[in-house]
Amino acid sequence: MNTFVSRFAPSSSALPHSKGAIAVEDDEKYSDLTWGSQAGFGHLGTKGIPSFKVPSLADPSAFLRMHTDDYADPSCRIKIQHGTTTLAFRFKGGIIVAVDSRATAGSYIASGTVKKVIEINPYLLGTMAGGAADCQYWETYLGIECRLHELRNRERISVAAASKFLSNLVYSYKGMGLSMGTMICGWDKTGPALFYVDSDGTRLKGDIFSVGSGSTYAYGVLDQGYHWDLSDEDAQELGRRSIYAAGHRDAYSGNTINLYHVKEQGWEFLGNYDVTKMHYDGPGNVPGATGGGYGYEVRTAGRSASDADAIDTSA
Amino acid sequence: MALAQPLYADQHRPIQHQFNPYAENGGTILAIAGKDFSVIAGDTRQTEGYSIQTRYAPKVFKLTDRAVLAVNGFQADCSTFVKKVKQRIEWYRHAHSKQMPLKAIARMIQGMLYGKRFFPYYTYNILGGIEEDGTGAVYSFDPVGSYEREACRAAGAASSLIQPFLDNQIYFKNQTPAPGAAPFEPGNLPMDTVLSIVIDSFTSATERHIEVGDGLEMFVVVAPGRDVAGVQSLGAEELPALTPEGERIFVLRRDLKKD
Repeated sequence: MNTFVSRFAPSSSALPHSKGAIAVEDDEKYSDLTWGSQAGFGHLGTKGIPSFKVPSLADPSAFLRMHTDDYADPSCRIKIQHGTTTLAFRFKGGIIVAVDSRATAGSYIASGTVKKVIEINPYLLGTMAGGAADCQYWETYLGIECRLHELRNRERISVAAASKFLSNLVYSYKGMGLSMGTMICGWDKTGPALFYVDSDGTRLKGDIFSVGSGSTYAYGVLDQGYHWDLSDEDAQELGRRSIYAAGHRDAYSGNTINLYHVKEQGWEFLGNYDVTKMHYDGPGNVPGATGGGYGYEVRTAGRSASDADAIDTSA
Repeated sequence: MALAQPLYADQHRPIQHQFNPYAENGGTILAIAGKDFSVIAGDTRQTEGYSIQTRYAPKVFKLTDRAVLAVNGFQADCSTFVKKVKQRIEWYRHAHSKQMPLKAIARMIQGMLYGKRFFPYYTYNILGGIEEDGTGAVYSFDPVGSYEREACRAAGAASSLIQPFLDNQIYFKNQTPAPGAAPFEPGNLPMDTVLSIVIDSFTSATERHIEVGDGLEMFVVVAPGRDVAGVQSLGAEELPALTPEGERIFVLRRDLKKD
């Protein structure tokens, strides 16, 4: 703004550089609107130009890998949180999104209360797998861009456009060491829409996705129970049950489950469920619950020949 | 020969094998949120390898009348980061004529950490204080800016020793209420209980971790209007506040073992 004014001010550039003039020059870095607060968003400077600090080396991403990659080198100093199971599937009633809540740094459980569903806005959800900061930061940024799209075009952004924006964005950082595997879920003019986007630049449209170290376990349960015509209750139960399976078998997943349902009017948060409690007692009195725990021992008690005491021999 | 010259030069040029701008300076930080207060604590030992560099290097800093930041990791990155956070908070105060709210500080810290995503600060941050609605809050960050509001968090050298203790005492994990007793309600502990949990955490970590010890600094941020007789009776020093009648911050210091 100051730059604009000075361009049209008479002989502004002809002024000799007194101390006052230098002070004005300093101010030009900030527009009047953003002065003081800087109004930046991490990589965005005061003028909205993206800028990241990068070490001045021949290969900055090798530097980053050396200090942050805990798979290659468990003793590296900066631990970035990893390990996850997330899933989302499309069915006639919308989209079910279910995730675990464990964050690991090496073999240490850094947190058991992570929110891996990022509420981009009231009708768009993103899931978090890979680097926690990468997902949190860029999906928040996506939320900003979606709001700007609304203001510019007087209509909500489509899920396809939102996910492509994110995909193009992370693709522009390819090879720099970003790590994210995310599902963008929402409801637009075309109905429920689900896209998988990752930091390699992959972007896929689909009905069923599961991402993370526990995804194979989740797919196992999800694929055998999935049907397009599932009722809302049964779909929600399938989401819970699939993440439970991953939490049970994958050491890098667990703690609690967060369950969301994307409907025409926007998403709805259904609840937080403890994985251990689900094993023994089940999710409790919620829609779709069959009663009792999910654990093998719980379901088979008294029904196995090896369980001699429980066999009824009187008949 | 044209080829021999550059080859010879290459052989004698020094080759940089590694760029290692980070060190690990030990120590541990911890924060616990109560209903209308927040405790942010850190030990004061600074180490490099097996050497103790100093017995008094503060890791906990007052940012505003209602926000306190604890930093841990590489001391040079920590002090630089705190300096930059304080500067941005002052700019905010001049631009908006009010102190920066806690949740805004938290989001700003995410932005500042992520701005160095490709050359990270080696800092683990825990932000504690009072939210605009008067509740005690703790925000914890990873080095590149992922953050979450929690009831308690330990970070640094002895985090894996202290966090399980906090899970048990603050979140009541693996505890069952006595028959007929009221169910546990996390985030509702009285201040004197929280302070003794903090002190016990650090004395125990000092016993079992070589990088923890020397001194303990506990910052207590208290919501407006809350009774402060308890913390004052423990010998806490009150820090001057910008606005009277607002939040109040006290510092409690204790000695830890120095061997």
